Order: sequence, then structure tokens, then C-alpha cells
Amino acid sequence: MSVPMPSGQILDVRDISLSFKGVKAISGLSFSVQRGEICALIGPNGAGKSSLLNVLNGVYRPDAGEVIFEDIHYRRITPLEAARRGIGRTFQNNALFKRMSVIDNILSGLSRHARAGFFAQALGLPPARREAREHRELAERTLAFLELQAHRDTPVGNLAYGLQKRVELGRALIAGPSLLLLDEPMAGMNADEKREMSRFVTEVNRGLGTTVVLIEHDIGVVMSLSSHVVVLDYGRKVGDGTPAEVRANPEVIAAYLGTVQ
Amino acid sequence: MSNLSHQLPAPFEHAPLALVPRAIPWGAAALLIVAFAGVPWLAGDYWLNAILIPFLVLSLAGLGLNLLTGYAGQTSVGSAGFMAVGAFATYAFLLRVPVLPLPVALLAGGAVAAAVGFVFGIPSNRIKGFYLMATTLAAQFFLEWVFTKFPWFYNHASSGTIAAPRLALFGHDISGPVGRYLLTLSVVTLLTWVARNLVGSRLGRNWMAIRDMDTAAAVIGIDVDHHKRLAFAVSSFYLGIAGALWAFAYLGTASASSFDINRSFQILFIIIIGGMGSVAGNFIGAAFISLLPIFLSQAGQALLGGNVDPGQIQNLQKIIFGALIITFLVKEPEGLVRLLAGLRERLAVWPLRF
Repeated sequence: MSVPMPSGQILDVRDISLSFKGVKAISGLSFSVQRGEICALIGPNGAGKSSLLNVLNGVYRPDAGEVIFEDIHYRRITPLEAARRGIGRTFQNNALFKRMSVIDNILSGLSRHARAGFFAQALGLPPARREAREHRELAERTLAFLELQAHRDTPVGNLAYGLQKRVELGRALIAGPSLLLLDEPMAGMNADEKREMSRFVTEVNRGLGTTVVLIEHDIGVVMSLSSHVVVLDYGRKVGDGTPAEVRANPEVIAAYLGTVQ
Repeated sequence: MSNLSHQLPAPFEHAPLALVPRAIPWGAAALLIVAFAGVPWLAGDYWLNAILIPFLVLSLAGLGLNLLTGYAGQTSVGSAGFMAVGAFATYAFLLRVPVLPLPVALLAGGAVAAAVGFVFGIPSNRIKGFYLMATTLAAQFFLEWVFTKFPWFYNHASSGTIAAPRLALFGHDISGPVGRYLLTLSVVTLLTWVARNLVGSRLGRNWMAIRDMDTAAAVIGIDVDHHKRLAFAVSSFYLGIAGALWAFAYLGTASASSFDINRSFQILFIIIIGGMGSVAGNFIGAAFISLLPIFLSQAGQALLGGNVDPGQIQNLQKIIFGALIITFLVKEPEGLVRLLAGLRERLAVWPLRF
């Protein structure tokens, strides 16, 4: 299977505004993401980064603006529809199914690809068995890729935090998303774990051609991992460009360090 | 994997993928042989009528509720209402369409219960937890009222009760204790096998995902509303068939009051005590709920028979029963099935501790 050639935009965010009971979280935000790139969203806490991801995959509904993903235009989309269109997502505070095993969590990501009907599953008919076997093989590949085989049958709630983040990546990955939204995939990790996670994200991006939009606070990681950085502050875009450009942008420095007027 | 248009970069050579055919479950097979071939010869009528048949039916009802509550995470206190639907619907089919064979009437009764369950599951789109429980409570009282209020359902009998016209299978009369026991056992075995298939398949996984975190389930592409309604329907199908068996294989004659709120709570206790999210737990819970009172009453008679007022003995039994439930739940909130699994794990490494 060939990786589609990166060309053109995959995501275009136009004038998105979002508020919670009158408090502006995002105001008039526009930026675009090229197919095949790793785009990092950075900014201080409360800048609206997670809210933006929630708008993109339909958890929140913006007040104004429009999102263009692939060839669909939307302002409001349901999370289910976003998943069907190929948007994968991980959350800042892991949103895993804690009482299920690692393999079951990963398998659950394939749910929307499943075709076997109710009675085929209830009676264990060949189509359901065949599909279960295919999905299991794909899940095993994902486990191998993320080096999670040792934890296959462990309930996810018992895993270390860093491993949980990896399981969540696997669950999003197995569905073959064309756009992957990662909300602080390296939060709370030590340097080794961050390096590993960076490697996984890079491999996904290069090997599968998956476009990645991620939120990250570790500037070192952002600079080495991403090819495009968007900086938010108080719900507004204050910087947009290559890592080097963004680093040199005085507004960005002001947002992070504050300024003396 | 041809239908999935992506490939993961890692090589797939040494994954210890043991997709070997599942080992033959010897334990379960032996249990089934004993239950089908041994028990009918060994157990007397009292055991079949008063202990084994109700135990099996309650296990089935527990299984039905467990699919909804233990797997899909939707609490219900309307189980007995759905049992009543199954019982009255099966009765209607047997009575008004006499050509229907018993298994078909049972299936049809279950299907009607499933449809009713589906309808009462629709509010689960919007409400959760305690509020959803309140709607199942409403279902319980509403259904009980329907089967009391409209005489059509009990064929205008002055007593308000229904009795099976005749229990027959392929021309054989199965209204004796052994026949009813084998009927119940066959249905329970079949439906337990189906339940195991369901919870081990994608459907069961989706239910558990919704139970553990429904927002995340939607984000990864699980249709949450559809799966909740489906859980209500499947659960009610099981409960409906359990209700029909309760009425015709156990009680013989039944009325709406055979399916009151106390029965719903009994079934809820079965799954709480046995273990939520477990198939075997229902049988353990049902055994506990149905056998312990009998054991306590026998023990009470033997120990205190002549000396203490029988009414006092009964009260004492209730106190002991309640105390035991509390003790078990404090010891293992995940139910007896977890307790037994823990025991087995510890026995496996005995005498070492871990």
C-alpha cells in the first residue's frame, strides 16, 4: 500500500470563535494544515488549544466560523461523524476504557470499520470470526509497533501513565485516520518517554503519511518534531510558521514570557 | 485486512499471535453433561421444582440484566417488568396461535420483550445514571399496571392469572418436573452461549467502552445511542424469555404480581453479588440468592426448631442473609466471581504469598 503524496491542504480553519457562557475561549482563529505535516499548537495554559481540538472533532460546537477537512465544510459535526471522516484523537487526561485490557482498548478503535452483523456475532458465524481474526491481527501489529505486547492483557487502568498515553495513541492509530489530533501526548513523561513518543509520532507521520496536529508544552520537543507551529494566546493566533520563524517572533516571546510595556 | 486502507510500519513476523483454536472447555462440558444427563436421574421432584428450575431462570434473568448493567453500564430496576412482557406475550402466542411450537412462542415472546425494552431504552440517549434508573422504575410500574388493567392479556380470567396451555415439544408432553427442567436448562445453555459470543465480540467491547467512558467511545467512532438501545433490547429479550420460563416452567400460573418490583431488586442483587460484567457471575449470584435462604431455613429448623418461635427464626434468617450480603460486598465489591478468581490465583501459587 502506498502512502498518498503529501499535497495541498488537509485542514483549513476559518474564523472559528468559541465561547462558554459569554467567556471567549477562541476568537476569530484561522490557520491551515498541509497534508502530511506535523503541526504543533503551542501557547500558555488556557490559550484555547484543547478547545480548538474539541471543535475540530465535534466535541465542542463553535459560535462562528467554518472548518474545512478534506473536502467537507462544517461548523458543527458530531464526534461520531468526525471519526467516520477519518479524524483520530487522543485526550489530555487519558480517555481510555480503564477496566478493559490493552488489546481490547486498541481493538475498540476498529469498531467503525467492522461489518459483521448482530446475528453473525451472536451466533459466532464465520463472517464474524473472520473479521475478529483480521482485527486481532491488526491490533497485534499495533501492539508490536508501539512496543506494548508485554501489556496485552493488562487492564489499562493498572498501567503507568506513559504507557496509557501509548495505548491511547494505538487506539486512534488502528482506525487509520488521515488526521491525528494529539492533545499533549508527552505530558507528564520523563525525557526517555518523550523521546520514545516522539519517535512513534514521527514514524506514524512518515510511515503512514498521517497528518498530525499536536499540542505540546515542551518547546524542545516541538522544535525538533514539528514542521509547522501555530501559537495561541487568549484564544487568538499570535504566531504561525516554521519553528525557527516562530521562535524569532517577538509576540510569541511576549506571550510566553510577558513584556515590559 | 484488504478493506483497511493503511499499513503499520512495524514488521509483523514475530508477534506471538496465538490465534490457536480455543481449548475445549472441559470443565463446562463436564458440568453440562452432569446437568443434562445426571441431574434428571439423581434429583428428586422437590430439587427440580423448588431449587434447580428457579435457580436456572434467575440466572438467565441475571444474565439479561448483566448485559445491560454490567457490560453496557446502564442501570435498570425494571427487569421484572420486561420479564412480565415476555411471559404475557408468550402466553398470548401460545393461546391465540395454537400452531406455534413452544420454542417459537418463547422466541416470539422474547422478541416482543426486546421491542418493549428498545422503546424504554430510547431515553438513554439523553439521560444517564440515576435519572435513567428512574425511567426504568417507571417502566416497571407501567408494565405491571398494563398487565393488571387490561384483561385481554390474561384472557379475561377472573383470577387475573395466566397458565401455560400445555407444555409440549414435538408432540412430547414436557409438563413434568424433568421435562420443565430440561426445557429450562436447554434454553439457559443456548442463551448463555449466545451471551458469551456477544460479550466476546465487537458488540460486547463497544458496550464496555460506553460503560467505561461514553465520550471517548463516540470520539473513536462508536455509535453510543444505537449501542445503548441495542443493549436494552438484547437485555429485555433475555429477561422476556426468563419471564416466560418463570411463569410456565417454574410457577405454572402467574400474574402481574409475580413480576413486581421485588423481583427486579432480586435480579439486581444477583448481578451485584455475583459480579457485574461477568457471565459466570450470574449463576453464582443466583445460586447465592436462591439457595442461601433455603439453607438458612433448614439450618434454622435443625438448630432451633423446637425451642424458638418460627416467626423469630424467619426474622433471624433475614438478618443473617442481609449481613452476609454486606460482608461479601465489603470483602469484594466486584462480586463473588472475583472472590473466587482471587482464591484460585492464590491457590495456584500456594504456599507462597503474593
